[in-house]
Amino acid sequence: MKRQFLSGPYLVWMLLFTLIPLAIVVYYAFTDSVTGAFTIRNMASMGAYLPIFLRSIWLAVVSALICLVLGYPVAWCIAQTKPLTQRFLYMLVMLPMCISFLLRTLAWVSLLEDTGIVNRLLGQLGIGPLRLVRNDGAVILGMVYNYLPYMIMPLYTVIMKIDPRLVDAAQDLGCDGGQVFLRVTLPLSVPGIVSGITMVFVPAVSTFYISQKMGGTTSTMIGDVIESQFKTAYNPNLGAALSLVLMILVLVCVAVMNHFTGEDESVATI
Amino acid sequence: MSKELIRLADISMAYDGEVVLNNINLYINDSEFLTLLGPSGCGKTTTLQIIGGFVKPTAGSVLFDGVRINDIPPHKRQVNTVFQRYALFPHLDVYDNIAFGLRIAKLGEDEIARRVTEMLEVVGMKGFEERKTDSLSGGQQQRIAIARALVNRPKVLLLDEPLGALDLRLRKDMQVELKRIQQQMGITFIFVTHDQEEALTMSDTIVVMDKGEIQQIGTPEDIYNEPKNAFVADFIGESNILDGIMRADRLVEFFGRRFPCVDEGFAKDEAVDVVIRPEDVDIVPADGGHLCGTVTSVTFKGVHYDIIVDFHGFKWLIQTTDYQPVGAVIGIRLNPEDIHIMKRSKYSGMFGDYSSYSAEYDEIGDAALAGESEEQEEGE
Repeated sequence: MKRQFLSGPYLVWMLLFTLIPLAIVVYYAFTDSVTGAFTIRNMASMGAYLPIFLRSIWLAVVSALICLVLGYPVAWCIAQTKPLTQRFLYMLVMLPMCISFLLRTLAWVSLLEDTGIVNRLLGQLGIGPLRLVRNDGAVILGMVYNYLPYMIMPLYTVIMKIDPRLVDAAQDLGCDGGQVFLRVTLPLSVPGIVSGITMVFVPAVSTFYISQKMGGTTSTMIGDVIESQFKTAYNPNLGAALSLVLMILVLVCVAVMNHFTGEDESVATI
Repeated sequence: MSKELIRLADISMAYDGEVVLNNINLYINDSEFLTLLGPSGCGKTTTLQIIGGFVKPTAGSVLFDGVRINDIPPHKRQVNTVFQRYALFPHLDVYDNIAFGLRIAKLGEDEIARRVTEMLEVVGMKGFEERKTDSLSGGQQQRIAIARALVNRPKVLLLDEPLGALDLRLRKDMQVELKRIQQQMGITFIFVTHDQEEALTMSDTIVVMDKGEIQQIGTPEDIYNEPKNAFVADFIGESNILDGIMRADRLVEFFGRRFPCVDEGFAKDEAVDVVIRPEDVDIVPADGGHLCGTVTSVTFKGVHYDIIVDFHGFKWLIQTTDYQPVGAVIGIRLNPEDIHIMKRSKYSGMFGDYSSYSAEYDEIGDAALAGESEEQEEGE
């Protein structure tokens, strides 16, 4: 019991850098940008941003699902190999994360733009130039590319820990390969799926840089709006209100997902 | 009882060039309780996995009802397994665990409910249907694992050290229970264990294995009373193993003295291993015995004393109900039927000398006493 003081530094950290800033956000969200007086005008104007909120959530959900579909087989395959190979493959998955996020995103732009490498190659074949960037698809591509490792990590961890004797037991009880997967491996990897989706969805929904560089004029995401409130429109109060609403929406989304996937609340808290 | 069900013919198995099974030949009868017994690493679990289909032998045939099944995957075999540490599905409750195989077989839910309930009754776990498996004690999980396998009505049940994780008392209860279930269901059990007492208690047939080879196959009485070599004699029960020379049929010489015995068929003057079980030795006054020695150690074991007696430098273990103080000079008598003669083998000279005796010799695997109080509530 006396060991509890060990969590002291973390509690102080939480207080200084999470709770107090959160209080400041709430304070800003409910005050006027000029007079500093209490107001609900910032919150009342949220309605105008509803389409952007919805599109952000939609793009983030699609990205998370694509990450799941791409990431699950990868995680599963890595978990089947020998321990040494596992470490090597896992490192390969992590490797892109060592390179600057901005650089990776800009690299995609130069690959896909009208005069980019891909279009030049297509041009040699007599196709195009195709419009590969500046649309929602490109935003999703950028998010999937950047956040895929966050999906693979928790999936791999969970799949690797599944007792191989459970697979033997399922075969013993009459399951062929497909049935083993559907009835044992997949249900037992649900905690990994939940945390993978959360770890992709949450940063994706609030992302701003990817949509600016790879999106078109209509694919502005809520993160871009928030950024512009602070950096160009000089209305931090509206920005705070938008952040607050975004946070609440994210919490609701995560809660809904946890509700539908059963009792594993502990896995997927942000 | 006598119909042959499974036959392993010339089975060999090697992992990365390391031989784990060497030319195993074995047949298993219908409705038999057969135990594969041996120390860890002897190949008993691999043998079980070959029968279950989880491992493909490098050479030889597995025959089931006369049909070669080497290439049949586990899910198509009429065999079910109770795994070491049970391998229950953690995402399913007790009912769904037991119903698992029946659902795969696409039985109707009514039929499934009937058979699951019936099986829960057989293993004495009625009322536990909706419990999560991780809320059960070791003994209870054990029963669910048995029910999950048996509910599919396999022709053969494979049990891979199923009692290893239980404490001593519960293990003894489950031994009796397993034997009862086997007789009630009337199917073949193939049981893997390293515990010789477990094997003697439950089995119709024991297969003693060591280093990937079968050392002896026989009934528990055969194995105990007529061990084929020093390994078997030492692994099953306690044995004093001496060097002897067969002077004639039914006459063996050791310690420079000739003893009448009941074994025959050896060459004249053939060197042999002589086995004397510690409980067969009769203690008599020093001047009235065949041999005379000095007691060097006494250990109280409950039912009897283990005493170590020094006969001219060779130490014997003798079990007696009469207390003998350390330092006492005693005589012993050996009746002809107390002396068992074995052919020399590669194990000769490796076992059966108690010169380095320590009181911890018997059961190393009984360290599980800590879990006992938890299990007591559900004793039979």
